Amino acid sequence: MIEIWIKVIFNLIIAFFLLSGTFFILSSSIGIVRFPDVYTRLHAATKASTLGIAGILIGAFLFLYVSDSIVSGKLLLAIVFTLLTAPVSGHMISRAAHRNGVKPVTKNRTDEYEEAIQKHTQH
Amino acid sequence: MTFQVVINLIIAIMWMFLSESYSGASFIAGYILGILLLLVLNRFIPDAFYLRRVYKIIYLMFLFIKELISSNFDIVKLVYKPKLEFEPGIFAMPTELKSNWEITLLANLISLTPGTLSVAISSDNTHIYIHAMHIDDIEDEIYSIKNTFEKAISEVTR
Repeated sequence: MIEIWIKVIFNLIIAFFLLSGTFFILSSSIGIVRFPDVYTRLHAATKASTLGIAGILIGAFLFLYVSDSIVSGKLLLAIVFTLLTAPVSGHMISRAAHRNGVKPVTKNRTDEYEEAIQKHTQH
Repeated sequence: MTFQVVINLIIAIMWMFLSESYSGASFIAGYILGILLLLVLNRFIPDAFYLRRVYKIIYLMFLFIKELISSNFDIVKLVYKPKLEFEPGIFAMPTELKSNWEITLLANLISLTPGTLSVAISSDNTHIYIHAMHIDDIEDEIYSIKNTFEKAISEVTR
């Protein structure tokens, strides 16, 4: 009796991780469609998706551990590497976009990076 | 720091040989004994106790995870708002960190905090240019980054 309950509870935890992961990935892709320019879209792409991927991988890790009692180190390593690489790729894409002259959508035109570049080229 | 780690490993291996049981359990027992010895003899060994630094590194990792989760909820809230009401913009943040490694870590942490994304680093490594979702509260943002991340990173590296 108790074993069945433990199994049910583990399955609920796994389902929670998988569903929350897919929810975050879905909302990040909706954000990519909805937001106005490259930089705000990168906010959605780099942030919401990292937790989504982490949730799905933790769910898969728990599932493998409960059903086959395998401790899969590769899944945990994958989480670490997505956490390391997502902000770097966001940084590089936004920098490349800015260097190619993509203007950020702003109300008061606050862009101190542009000002700094212009000051640098004037000298 | 490396000196203390090596001493601790030597004590652990010596403990294994002294107790004549070559297993993982006795290694761990020896390692804990070594930690206690280092703690007692801390005054006679150069540098501060090394586990304090390990504690700071673990603290930084937990800070990272906490900020990651809160930023995710922030961005999800913004995505599902019926009206897109934010004023993005790019601002410059002065930083006191010097080495490449520290600045890379800081830029990564900034990218994963709510509402900020590091765009570029000035060529003399003194300013980080950050794209923010809400440009209105720059002062608060700079203050909070300086107070949490810069402090935590400089405590680990110095």
